[in-house]
Amino acid sequence: MVQPIVDPTSPDSRSLDTAPLLEFDRVGLEYPFEGSMRRIIEEVTLSIRPSEFVSFVGPSGCGKTSILRMVSGLSPAPIGQIRYRGQKINKPLKNVGIAFQNPVLLPWRNTLNNVMLPLEIVQPYKRTFNQQKEQYIRMAQDLLSTVRLQDFQKQYPWQLSGGMRQRASLCRALIHQPEILLLDEPFGALDAFTREEMWTMLQALWMRVKCVGILITHDLREAVFLSDKVYVMSPRPSSIIYTETIDLPRPRTLEMELSDEFNHYFSNIRRHIHHN
Amino acid sequence: MKSFNLEKFFASKSAAFVLPFIATVLLFAIWELAVILLKIPPFNLPAPTNIFQSMVTFAPQILANSLRTLWTTMLGFALAVLVGVILGFMIGYSRVAYLTMYPLLVAFNTIPKAAIVPLLAIWFGANAIPATITAFLLAFFPIAVNVALGLDTVEPEMKDVLRSLGATQVETFQKVGWPHTLPYIFASLKIAASFAFIGTVISESVASNAGLGYLIVQATADFNVPLAFAALIVLAIMGVILYGFFVFLEKKVIYWAR
Repeated sequence: MVQPIVDPTSPDSRSLDTAPLLEFDRVGLEYPFEGSMRRIIEEVTLSIRPSEFVSFVGPSGCGKTSILRMVSGLSPAPIGQIRYRGQKINKPLKNVGIAFQNPVLLPWRNTLNNVMLPLEIVQPYKRTFNQQKEQYIRMAQDLLSTVRLQDFQKQYPWQLSGGMRQRASLCRALIHQPEILLLDEPFGALDAFTREEMWTMLQALWMRVKCVGILITHDLREAVFLSDKVYVMSPRPSSIIYTETIDLPRPRTLEMELSDEFNHYFSNIRRHIHHN
Repeated sequence: MKSFNLEKFFASKSAAFVLPFIATVLLFAIWELAVILLKIPPFNLPAPTNIFQSMVTFAPQILANSLRTLWTTMLGFALAVLVGVILGFMIGYSRVAYLTMYPLLVAFNTIPKAAIVPLLAIWFGANAIPATITAFLLAFFPIAVNVALGLDTVEPEMKDVLRSLGATQVETFQKVGWPHTLPYIFASLKIAASFAFIGTVISESVASNAGLGYLIVQATADFNVPLAFAALIVLAIMGVILYGFFVFLEKKVIYWAR
């Protein structure tokens, strides 16, 4: 059975579940450097509830990207542990969606087929891919229209702009209804106008799927706009030095960026960013 | 009043055929003129008209030897594609295979193939076998290297996307590795096709009983330079046709590549 796409207006069972989905338990990271081990991440302990959207901000080199790789299980935490539903993550999780700064769409597939890629690989979709293809195409089209790409289904990646490619990449990350969405500076390469537009679209997509969102970003406004919680990391060896809970109502709008409340959150976070 | 728009023509599809044709005709014209004006004797540099005349006179010999060179080259080339692709995937996917085989391949590739032909002739005789093997030896290396390069250049992010979806090795190969490598394979096929011709002709001119390489050696021994040139031109035409075939195939198969 295909899960129905969640209606953002109705209460959702996933969001009522308050037990943490992900727990970071004294997670650390070190790298060999000139003959000795250099500590990158000192210690991170936190937990993330289902359908919570969190951001990690901090200076470059503080191990933000490593956190995503550890959560996804692509490179499990070498020190301490991250638990998913109480289970230690030591191999790649299967129900995650990932988007990077580089949208990495497959050049030989058009937009629609790029978005549908996960359905050909992830169960239970893979099993019924051929029988229910029509339905899956509609799912993909539905997501594409959320990001206003409905008229670009047949286009190939080279025919799309950078922002459009990134939107398609987000749809691909979410089509299989993952429980965790991992975003590694997804809008870092886009211009300021496109970026803000992407925030609202990402929010719209995320509110449909209601999964855990983990965003790595350099852009503090982006973090405030999208997150329920923003974690500020210190320079290397890093740890969480500040946590800000963002209590703005959803769906958030770009006008909110001008509000005192928004700027209050922004300056709180800004104050804790250290430059090395 | 100019009725013909040059810039529009240069951008058109037919320009890709018309311009090279004009260049060839021009080359032959200059050549012909140079031979006449400088009074170059035919056994040094025959005029194009002389060469075409010889092409007509010796048509049966040229045709028979061309066919021999063609099928020998195609056979060696087909073997090269098969072995090259398999080897390329091995060294591209397995680090052990890469470490053990790559230095050997490079060392082997640096040996001038002309030096191997006499050995091949001792083992197999002066026939089509040494030519086929030489064509294969020259052609497989660029294919293997390009396939390995293609596999190696899949973006790490793309690999991460697939791994995080729980894709198996086979799925990763089907959905990403193979299509990503196709443009690299086609790029190498165009090079390898001309290499295969070179290999065949080298071998035919050293140890063979037929083929265009053999014909050229025989013709020059008889001071029949126009015939040698005729054979060279046929060789060039075959090479261009094969190259064009792969360009055509490439456009059909990897229409998405830019």
